Amino acid sequence: MSMTAVAHGHGDPHHLRGLEAGHAGPASKRIVTGFGFWIFLLSDMVMFSCFFASYAVLSGQTAGGPSGAELFDLKKVAVETVCLLLSSFACGLASIAADARNRLWFQLAMLLTCLLGLGFLSIEAREFADLVARGYGPTRSAFLSAFFTLVGCHGLHVSAGVLWLLTMMAQVYAKGFRADIQRRFLCFALFWHALDIIWVAVFSVVYLLGSAA
Amino acid sequence: MSDQHYELHGQADMTPDLAPGDESEGSLGVRLLGYVVGLGLALLLTATSFFVAGTDLVWQPSIPVAIIVLAIAQMGVHLVFFLHITTGADNTNNVLALAFGLLIVFLVIGGSLWIMANLNHNMMPTDQLMQMQR
Repeated sequence: MSMTAVAHGHGDPHHLRGLEAGHAGPASKRIVTGFGFWIFLLSDMVMFSCFFASYAVLSGQTAGGPSGAELFDLKKVAVETVCLLLSSFACGLASIAADARNRLWFQLAMLLTCLLGLGFLSIEAREFADLVARGYGPTRSAFLSAFFTLVGCHGLHVSAGVLWLLTMMAQVYAKGFRADIQRRFLCFALFWHALDIIWVAVFSVVYLLGSAA
Repeated sequence: MSDQHYELHGQADMTPDLAPGDESEGSLGVRLLGYVVGLGLALLLTATSFFVAGTDLVWQPSIPVAIIVLAIAQMGVHLVFFLHITTGADNTNNVLALAFGLLIVFLVIGGSLWIMANLNHNMMPTDQLMQMQR
C-alpha cells in the first residue's frame, strides 16, 4: 500500500498509472458471481455439518430398533457412489464443452450427468421406500430420524440439482453460450461437484462407519 | 487480493483472480486429463474405503480412522481436480473462504460431539433420574 502511495504520489490520485500498467481493476462479473456462489456453497456445507453433528450424536440411539449395521446394503451404496462420481466427471466434461462452445458435446455430457444423477436418486428412493415399508421410517428411532434427515437432505439437493441441470440444457439450447448463461453454468457445475463432496462424507460417515461399528 | 499482490511485489505479475471452478490455463486435452486423473484417484480412494470397511485383514480398531482419512483425502481430490481450488495466488480468496468454512464445520461437529459425550458421561440415565424425582 505505502509503496504505491509513494510511487504515484499526488500526481495520480485515482491510480490511473496503475491501470495503464495493466492493473486488473475490479474483478469481472464471472469471478464475482462464482465467488458469491462459492460462499453460498460453503454455507450449505455448514448446514450439512449441523446434520452430520446431529447424526453423529444420535447414531447410537436406536430405541431398541435396528442399528445401521443391520439396515445398510453396502453394495447399493457402492453403486450410488459410482453413479454420483461418474456424473461429477460428466459434469466436468460439460464444463470443458461449454468453454469450447460445443453444443453437441455439452448436451451429451449434460444428458449423461442427468441420467447418472437420476440413477442415484432412484436407488436412494428405493432404499428409503424399502426402509419405510419394513417399519423403519424416520419415526422409529432418533437414529433413523437423523439418518433420514441427513441423507434425505442430500437427496433433495441432488433433486434440485437435476432440475437446475435440465433448465441449463434448455437455456443453452435456446440462447447458446452467452456470458450470463456461462456464469449460470459455472455455478451449476460448482453445485454439482460440491454435492459429490458431501456424498463422500455421507457414505463414509453414515454407511461405512455405520456398518463397521 | 490481486491488488495487494500487485502492490507487494510491485512488478508486472498481473494474473487476475480466478472464479472458483475455473482453471488457470490449459488446452482441451490438459483439462480433460485433469478430470480423468481426478476420477481415477476418486474411484481408487472410494474402492479402498469400501474394501477397508469390510475386510478382516487390518487391525479392526484402525478401520474407522482409515475410513475418515480416506474420506478427507477424497474430498481433497474433488476440491483440486473438480472444483479447481488450488493454492495458486489467483485462488487466494477461494481458499480463504474455504478455510473459514472448514473452521465452522469443525467447530460445529467437534463441539457437538465433545459436549454431548460430556453430557452422556456426567448425567445419570433418565430412568434413574425419574426415580429420584419421585
